[in-house]
Amino acid sequence: MSEPGYYRMPSLGADMEVGTVLEWYRGPGDEVHRGDLVALIDTEKAEIEAEIFQDGTIGELLVEVGVTVPVGTPLATVVPVGSQAAAAAATATATAPAALATAVAPAPPPPAEPSAPAAVRPIPPAPATVPRRGDRVIASPLARRLARDRGIELADVSGSGPGGAVHATDLDSGPTAVAAGVERTSPRREPAGDADPRRAIARLMARSKREIPHYYLAHDIDLEPALRWLAAENETRPLAARILPAALLVRAVAVAARAVPELNGHWVDDRFQPATTVDVGVAITRRGSPLTAPAILGADRLDVGATMAALRDLVARARRGGLRASEMAAPSITVTNLGDGGVDVVYGVIYPPQVAMVGFGRIAERAWASDGMVGARRVVTATLAADHRATDGHTGARFLGAVAHALADPERLQTTEEDR
Amino acid sequence: MTATSEHVHGHGEGHEVDPRRGFDRLRSMLLIRRFEERCVELYSATKIRGFLHLYIGEEAIAAGVMPSLDERDAVVATYREHGHALARGVPAGAVMAEMYGKVEGCSRGRGGSMHLFSRDRRFYGGNAIVAGGLPVAVGLALAYRQLGTGGVVACFFGEGAMAEGEFHESMNLAALWNLPVLFCCENNLYAMGTALARSESETNLALKAAAYEVSAWPVDGMDVDAVAEAARRATAMLRAGDGPVFLELQTYRFRAHSMYDPDRYRAKSEIERWRERDPIVLARTRLEDAGLLDESAFAGLEAEVEDEIDEAVAFAEAGTLEPVEELARFVTSDPALTPALEGGDR
Amino acid sequence: MSTMTFREATREAMREALAADERVFLMGEDVGAYGGCFGVSMGMFEEFGPERIRDTPLSESGFVGAGIGAAMGGLRPIVEIMTVNFSLLALDQIMNNAATLLHMSGGQFNVPLVIRMTTGAGRQLAAQHSHSLEGWYAHIPGLRILAPATVTDARHLLRPALDDPDPVLIFEHGGLYNVSGEVEPVSSVSLEGAAVRRAGTDVSIVTYGGTLPMVLEAAERLAEGGVSAEVIDLRSLRPLDDATIMDSVARTHRAIVVDEGWRSGSLSAEISARIVEQAFYELDAPVQRVCSAEVPMPYAHHLEQAALPQVADVVAAADALVGHRV
Repeated sequence: MSEPGYYRMPSLGADMEVGTVLEWYRGPGDEVHRGDLVALIDTEKAEIEAEIFQDGTIGELLVEVGVTVPVGTPLATVVPVGSQAAAAAATATATAPAALATAVAPAPPPPAEPSAPAAVRPIPPAPATVPRRGDRVIASPLARRLARDRGIELADVSGSGPGGAVHATDLDSGPTAVAAGVERTSPRREPAGDADPRRAIARLMARSKREIPHYYLAHDIDLEPALRWLAAENETRPLAARILPAALLVRAVAVAARAVPELNGHWVDDRFQPATTVDVGVAITRRGSPLTAPAILGADRLDVGATMAALRDLVARARRGGLRASEMAAPSITVTNLGDGGVDVVYGVIYPPQVAMVGFGRIAERAWASDGMVGARRVVTATLAADHRATDGHTGARFLGAVAHALADPERLQTTEEDR
Repeated sequence: MTATSEHVHGHGEGHEVDPRRGFDRLRSMLLIRRFEERCVELYSATKIRGFLHLYIGEEAIAAGVMPSLDERDAVVATYREHGHALARGVPAGAVMAEMYGKVEGCSRGRGGSMHLFSRDRRFYGGNAIVAGGLPVAVGLALAYRQLGTGGVVACFFGEGAMAEGEFHESMNLAALWNLPVLFCCENNLYAMGTALARSESETNLALKAAAYEVSAWPVDGMDVDAVAEAARRATAMLRAGDGPVFLELQTYRFRAHSMYDPDRYRAKSEIERWRERDPIVLARTRLEDAGLLDESAFAGLEAEVEDEIDEAVAFAEAGTLEPVEELARFVTSDPALTPALEGGDR
Repeated sequence: MSTMTFREATREAMREALAADERVFLMGEDVGAYGGCFGVSMGMFEEFGPERIRDTPLSESGFVGAGIGAAMGGLRPIVEIMTVNFSLLALDQIMNNAATLLHMSGGQFNVPLVIRMTTGAGRQLAAQHSHSLEGWYAHIPGLRILAPATVTDARHLLRPALDDPDPVLIFEHGGLYNVSGEVEPVSSVSLEGAAVRRAGTDVSIVTYGGTLPMVLEAAERLAEGGVSAEVIDLRSLRPLDDATIMDSVARTHRAIVVDEGWRSGSLSAEISARIVEQAFYELDAPVQRVCSAEVPMPYAHHLEQAALPQVADVVAAADALVGHRV
């Protein structure tokens, strides 16, 4: 079993991993026989005299006294009996073959030991599948608490746990399948992991600024045609169903998102994943709470009236705490309308993993030149904050152009077919 | 009373030298000796792991006792049991494969050096708890007696076990119930690093054992013929139903307690003195003096033994590992109770 | 159906086993001439003789090991260790030999041994004579652990234990020996798994052995207060019948484990962990445990009673669960 050619650091005990030669009993040129003691070795537990298991002549000592090496390291070369080199070795002084010149030989690969089998431990039996029973939703205590805090309906959350059990992280994940049966794959947002929405927003915004290279474009849009159309439209509507300008703006964004799909989607796994639907997030303020931006799902398929209804409903539910997880899940693009706040221009911060945030300032009369004439027109400044990884200014400009284009011809906003 | 057991020397007079038996005993000891030496080498090369306790120097005991046992009888041994397993007829390949941790080993690789088992040979281990096997030996003998099998149980242990409560309980039970147990105390004078005089108030071990009303006498454990004669007498008494027998087999281990032992507690001169009574040398000399063995015959024996061990090592090297999926197999006999395992590293 | 005490039922089981199979024999301290420390083997010495009702000296390790050897040698011993308190002297034989030999030998040697031990506290026997260590033994792979709590189980669990090719430990709570009850026919008794001793809807109370009567009384008390408790008698501590426990918890959504052992690292801890692993989503509140106080058992009656699980403790735990106070 001895490997001719080398004398290696032996294993002298169950837990010995390294050893140190304290003294060589034999040296280069010495003849050795099987069973001879050749060295005194310190095993960290005791000093033990070690024997050699081959006959031959010591060639060269590879490890110096006092040096600690792992078990299996070649300590000396041994020239087997009868080999041609034996005679030379017997008289040679220690001159090393180049490859073995180092005083501390590198540890050789350990002898082919059966690799320790992966520790296999009995896994507790899989939890009994718990079906949902009637109205009862299976959810972890944490998920329940978070859902309560955020005003989310557990029943609408798709649970990732056994038997559909809802965990805390499910509250942020992709929306459930829409009633229309359209498959949605939305990447998961960063798990909130924290019941305090303010902290969650803070983390999100910090991440946005840290990770997303924003670029900004602004475009002043003449809203007169749209607002005149709106006024005429509202005259035919009951008070409760009147449409606000905000709905027009949201609708225009939805149409533009269809026209320029490069801004409708998410940046995930180092690439842009276009969304298959247009879910426009709408930034909503709640008294005493930070901003929330739930989505109007399938906004491209809603006409202005339906958009208004959706907006109204969203705002009402956001304010009283009845938003669904699917609405909270990643919109494909978000609109922030701070016109009521009195500012002219909004420079938005994108909500990752979205790639765009459209901002609208207040609608106000401004001096506007057109056809060589200067007049007062109601104008709004639309801005686009966009992720430069996904698009460049050229595409962003096309988008804002599409928004302006849509608002220039309000009738077209009523069209819900794809208008590519 | 602190008289030490008188060292008994069997010098061959009165021991008939049966050529066949003498030759077999020598071969048995040589197989054990070379096997153990090979284990040292393999351990140093990290092929054998864990603890390794060698029988070098004590071979005459296993080689001398086993021939008096037959297939009805059982053997219970300690963690220093390679020699007993080989002498009892457990194939060298199965023992070596066991130490390699291979499934072809006599315990499917689950026991290692200290837990050799063989159902075929009624070899009940291989026990790592000092004196842990003695009560089991008593129970086996109880069963054999009740069932009328005619079997006896040879139980091997070191003199260190005589300090354990289980030794005393077992001796008492065996004597009380008149059970056919052969208590073989292998007195090698050291319980790991503790000399006999420092651990026993009464160092005359046969005398101590006799206090349990059992037949007890000291034997020269380095003389395989003396051991064989003692075993013959003892098993005859056991089969006749005369109650348990205790043999104090005086021996010496030439190497340390185990691989990791620096052996600081013994004087080199003492070891050298005992080496002069190397059981293999004694047996060989006796056979040569009687004209029953010559140089070439002995060389042939060495070669034969070397081949057997080479084969055993090759067998072990070529062996396979028990699939990890079988980890929980044989925890119980009921497969339904075997805990379910799933693969993968946890 | 006949009525008898737990003691008598145990004796009948042994008598029947010895009569049916000559390999079966009883071995232990004072099992013969004395009739058994707790009177369980009374009369058997006269009926079966000294070879089959074998008195041993005070050598727990010795005679338990002998039982192991005898089992390996072809007999079917019933070893009686007087109480679990003395079993500690035989722990090496039980753990390192009985539980281990089959696996360690690669499947070559079965140990078809039955060990019976009396266990538990409540008779002012003080610290060294009052242990409940069956949970400890249930930790060891290779052993089957039974804890009969009813007269029927005392009568009928011994036979399958003797038929088992592997070692079985049977723990008999000392307070049960005098309990009288009807013995149901063996055909109507399931020999494995836990038993629902009382059906209920509001809380699952899991227990075994000597605490079963106390828990059933607590269930009565709870019922008077409008709480419907389901009481599960484990019967087997290793293996545990997870299915019965989880099925119950899935219906009641609240669980209490009552265990006379100390709570730390006990069988109740194991059961709690399993309930969390397997029925987490069914729980409406954390699993509760009612165990002995973490003290060596004192001698004075009032102190001992204060240390042991009582009806009031179980009732309070159930009320707290149902009342959403935990």
